[in-house]
Amino acid sequence: MEILVCVKRVPDTAENEFELNSAGNDLDRDDLVYSVNEWDNYAVEEAIQIIDKVGGNVTVITVGDDESEEVLRREMAMGANDGILLCDDAFDGSDGKGIASILKAEIEKGSYDLVMTGAQADEGAGQIGGMVAAMLGMPYASLVNKIEIGDDKIIVGREIEGGNQEMNEMQLPCVISIQTGINEPRYVGIRGIRKVAKVDIPVKGAGDLGVDPESIGEAGAKTKRVDYFVPDMGEGAEMLEGSTDEIIEKLIERLKAKGGL
Amino acid sequence: MTSIIGPASFKFFGIFPAVILSFVLPVIGIGLFAYIMARRIAPLVRANPDNRFDHIGKRVRNLIFVWLGQMRQPRYMLAGVLHMTIFAGFLILSIRSSSLVIIGFSDGFVLPGFGGILGDIYNFFKDYAATFVLIACIIASIRRGIFKPKRYAVPEKYGKDHTGEAIFVLAIIATLMICESLFEASASAYEFQLTGREHFLAPLSLVWIFRSMLASAPQNILQGLHIFTFFVHDLAFFFFLCFLPLGKHFHVITSVFNVFFMRVKKGNIKPVMHGVADDKLDDLESFGVKKLEDFTWKHMLDFYSCADCGRCSDQCPANAVGRPLSPRFITIKARDLIFKNYPFSGEIYKSKLLVEDIYTEDEIWSCTTCGACEEECPLGIEYIDKMVDLRRGMVDEGMVPQSLQKPLKALEKRGNPYGKMEKKRADWAKDKEFKANWQIKDLAKEEAHTLYFVDSITSYDDNIQEIARRTSVILKKAGIDFGILGKNEKDSGNEVLRFGEEMLYQDLKEQNIEAILESGVKQIVTADPHAFNALKNDYGNSLPPVKHISQIVAEKITTGELDLKPCQNPDKVYVYHDPCYLGRHNGIYEAPRQALDAINGLTRVELEKSRDRSFCCGGGGLMLFYEPEEETRMGVLRVNMAAKAGATVIVTACPFCLVNIQDAIKVAGKEGEMEALDFTELIEQHLA
Repeated sequence: MEILVCVKRVPDTAENEFELNSAGNDLDRDDLVYSVNEWDNYAVEEAIQIIDKVGGNVTVITVGDDESEEVLRREMAMGANDGILLCDDAFDGSDGKGIASILKAEIEKGSYDLVMTGAQADEGAGQIGGMVAAMLGMPYASLVNKIEIGDDKIIVGREIEGGNQEMNEMQLPCVISIQTGINEPRYVGIRGIRKVAKVDIPVKGAGDLGVDPESIGEAGAKTKRVDYFVPDMGEGAEMLEGSTDEIIEKLIERLKAKGGL
Repeated sequence: MTSIIGPASFKFFGIFPAVILSFVLPVIGIGLFAYIMARRIAPLVRANPDNRFDHIGKRVRNLIFVWLGQMRQPRYMLAGVLHMTIFAGFLILSIRSSSLVIIGFSDGFVLPGFGGILGDIYNFFKDYAATFVLIACIIASIRRGIFKPKRYAVPEKYGKDHTGEAIFVLAIIATLMICESLFEASASAYEFQLTGREHFLAPLSLVWIFRSMLASAPQNILQGLHIFTFFVHDLAFFFFLCFLPLGKHFHVITSVFNVFFMRVKKGNIKPVMHGVADDKLDDLESFGVKKLEDFTWKHMLDFYSCADCGRCSDQCPANAVGRPLSPRFITIKARDLIFKNYPFSGEIYKSKLLVEDIYTEDEIWSCTTCGACEEECPLGIEYIDKMVDLRRGMVDEGMVPQSLQKPLKALEKRGNPYGKMEKKRADWAKDKEFKANWQIKDLAKEEAHTLYFVDSITSYDDNIQEIARRTSVILKKAGIDFGILGKNEKDSGNEVLRFGEEMLYQDLKEQNIEAILESGVKQIVTADPHAFNALKNDYGNSLPPVKHISQIVAEKITTGELDLKPCQNPDKVYVYHDPCYLGRHNGIYEAPRQALDAINGLTRVELEKSRDRSFCCGGGGLMLFYEPEEETRMGVLRVNMAAKAGATVIVTACPFCLVNIQDAIKVAGKEGEMEALDFTELIEQHLA
């Protein structure tokens, strides 16, 4: 089975303190550390587990700048066989549809049975998977938390409100977006990354993909960011202080006062 | 007939020479033993290398004290004394048993030199040795068979109970003692009946008692007994020899080697592969222990040498709180696997991935590397290096729990497990009140004599930052010119190394060494025993000397440069909890106690488990992030121990101990009754 997993390099939420830049239109990116979008790790782990069972290849792909190669290597250290970096100045400023068009152009060149994305990205809007599927004319399942692989079919599950589970059968090839918790992604250490440090990763630009530069990038973006800000703090929460008994007493008092009891 | 007929001249039924049996038994016995040993050595030959021929002086010292002197035995008094008796008896009687084998071919054989007075002295002692060994065997059997001390129990998941084997071996030893004594007593009684001369025997010894009992026995009975006990002894002797390598009594043979090759340095971790330098690690195909043969030969020898005494697990804090780890069974399971994979005949089986076959991942992550097991083992069996090697293997395979992946990634990106910004590493010094009084030098900009290495938890944890400020005040008042590395300091990596992430540790180490050497300091001080240990024992010898703050305080009190006020809370009862990485791993027990005792009017009690028997608080560094399966917390047990000792204040000298014990006081419901205090806080409060 040929599996393609779309991954993204994002500022790591666990290791950064986010502040606005002076222009007020983006994060202050000077002191940020980046890593693979958390959801994408689950997708790559799932893809590796699938080919461990049924055989095949996992390719990881990203649209980004030179530094995005780092996340491809990390995923290859996990066990992905190949990586493809889609990088071109013409891609800068693309909106969701632009990114999806770029990915679609490359996916069409291969023959993938299954295309995976993370359910969403830390900085993202969770739109790429659905758009790519539509552009490729493939079926799409989102928020997948269970996968059973058949011969030319796949059964995917998702969690429904209230903890119920829904299972759907889909024809391959298809696109799915992976929810966290579907597996436990394996650890990638510095040693693993060094082992794949010399593996060749092809870099492709707009010309290689045959996409019209006008339809992507800032020029082709149909959605434009108009503002970016940190919302004002609302009426603050109140911390009750004292011993456990005192806190309970104060809480009951308050609930009574507000008519909650 | 002038004397009893010895086994060399005796003829069974008057025709069959007994000497044939005397010859056949040793030939078969020794032949079989040699074959068994050859098969047992096979896995050691296929194991990984280990450098154990260094520090010969220290090794000889261990041989004298730990092996010959049985120094660690009395830590468990009754079992220890019994063992020492049997051990001493074995040493003494080995000469007698060997000469008995020869007596089978040559009646009345005496070892060269044992004919005269030396022989008389030896016989006197060996008679008592046999007597005491027999008594020890009887007491030990009663103890194991009837009283059944808890630490010998085998939980169901670990297999069958080992009591049967233990008692069987005690019975063999008892048989050897009884036969040896009866053999001699029958000859002596026979001689007395014939000549009226009473050969001197040690009074009240086993042989003396037997002779009295046999004084009027018929001569044919004495003759029969003499020959019968000789051959039972011969048979039991060679059976025992061949039985030893089949189970836990292998230690009778291996202990002398195991103790000689045991750990001679403390606080350090073995290299990934002996003989491979740090800068060549990238060339290694695989890291750590994944399969049985990935262990070093010494670690295999450890598995052979375990006597199953259960002391390690009895002291293990992970075992005490119900984590899925019992060091004793780390060894026993590996030994069972060696026995299974290396059978006495036929093919050698290939080992599977150990953490899926005989161990579980949680079992290996459960260890806090506190070292209580190694400190206790009378045979010098090691556990920490094995745990680290198994973890290196798991890290290499990507088998790391999610709870540890986040802090490890943060360490890689930011140099601390919390993922906080590097530039905020020195923010503890920006506390308003503190900053108004004290300025801390940044060694990137200024020079100083001493480096204060703060490490991650003290730099970033809001609650623990107080230790950094108190340490600084103590250093200032002690007149020490010091500075910090600030954002150039990275996590010391003590736990990164011990959790098996070798390459990340190497990275942190290199960055720290570079920053420290660049700063040009002459001395390093830290208040974090984990950092202290890494800098002192793991970083190699390019760094200036490292001291823990408690050593500085003790020194400066002695020289009079620091003066302490009388105790501010004389009504409280203080107890000092030894942090593993200060005490057991680095032998610093007295300095903090000296400092506490220098506070006039301070009441200090001792925990029953203190100094090298201190009980781990729950572990530091990455262990704070790990979510173990456990019934209770180590800290809670520790707090209860302190309460039992009558303490109201637990003083410790480690930021991780402080976190764990503070939490444990809450969990144990002792808030208000007890409090935890860091050493630096107590001292700083009392600085004159």
